[in-house]
Amino acid sequence: MKIGVVVSEGPYTHQAADSAYHFVKAVLDSGHEVPRVFFYHDGVNVSSRLTIPPQDERHIQNNWTNLAKEHEIDLVVCIAAAQRRGLLDANEANRQGKDANNIADGFRISGLGQLIEMGIQTDRLVTFGD
Amino acid sequence: MSETKKFLYVNRKAPYGTIYALEALEVVLIGAAFEQDVSLAFLDDGVFQLTKGQNTNGIGIKNFSPTFRALGDFEVTKLFVEKESLEERGLTADDLQEIMYEDEDDDWEEKPSIKLVSRAEMADVMADQDVVLSF
Amino acid sequence: MSTLHTVNKSPFSTQSLQSCLNHCKDGDAVLMIEDGVYGALTNSNMSKQVQTKAGNVTIYVLSPDADARGLIGDKLLGEVIAVDYAGFVKLVTKHDRTQNWL
Repeated sequence: MKIGVVVSEGPYTHQAADSAYHFVKAVLDSGHEVPRVFFYHDGVNVSSRLTIPPQDERHIQNNWTNLAKEHEIDLVVCIAAAQRRGLLDANEANRQGKDANNIADGFRISGLGQLIEMGIQTDRLVTFGD
Repeated sequence: MSETKKFLYVNRKAPYGTIYALEALEVVLIGAAFEQDVSLAFLDDGVFQLTKGQNTNGIGIKNFSPTFRALGDFEVTKLFVEKESLEERGLTADDLQEIMYEDEDDDWEEKPSIKLVSRAEMADVMADQDVVLSF
Repeated sequence: MSTLHTVNKSPFSTQSLQSCLNHCKDGDAVLMIEDGVYGALTNSNMSKQVQTKAGNVTIYVLSPDADARGLIGDKLLGEVIAVDYAGFVKLVTKHDRTQNWL
């Protein structure tokens, strides 16, 4: 079965990004698929590669990056929500005349259409948020 | 993508205090292009999104309530509003904006998009969906 | 056809659990996660309602979240079934749709 996942709350402040991570791992361990995870609202903040948690804490962004690499999961960050909150990939930074970009490996910025498409193409949709 | 699914957007939060209501509306507008069978549910504090007389001049946040009146142009015409949620908040249908759409299957007659439903009917609407997106 | 509902809020701070219980149908499942697990407490002012609903709706608690908050043994209602993340996945696949009460 294909299960789509939405993360709609930021890391560390809220447990949503952690819950979603454990859920996705369990889905994969059960032999089901997670073709895509969509990050919306403050959930887009998970994708910042400038994240530096204390060494004895989990690294939420790294965890997602590694999981995506290992299992070829499409991590999509909503462009409208990301731009509001200061998250840009290299292309967008260039296009908007900004001097930096901060999207981590494994994440890509795209439109809300990707969320709807995920709803259409998966068998179940689960949202973690506030 | 020939398959049509039933999408329900569940709105349970008030506008302005948090961004969920606005960003939910953005999903609905983008989603309209995918020609799915779309419904919106407004319950709990979500009913506050549809009220008349919102004026955000003093808080510097865009008043997005007029956008609900444009949903008909995007063929989003089913806005289910829960009666009990209105009553609990001292509201009636008269406190909500008038939101109309033109029914192309009925000689473009103007019809109300807002459908007042009981809690039990809202539960039926929710149980009749393929995809439920909550905000 | 049935629905898996998830609730991630304490019932003592928001209406999410209340609203979920008001809208779920016989044969549905409710899974309490994150702060939602406080809805499974014994001797609270929500206990009775959860116990009553448990006749028609199966109520689950995500055990890692319950454990993290010290909700073990007689702190948890007997009517509530504990599942781990693998159980969470099973519930998602078993029911026709998932509705998340955020």
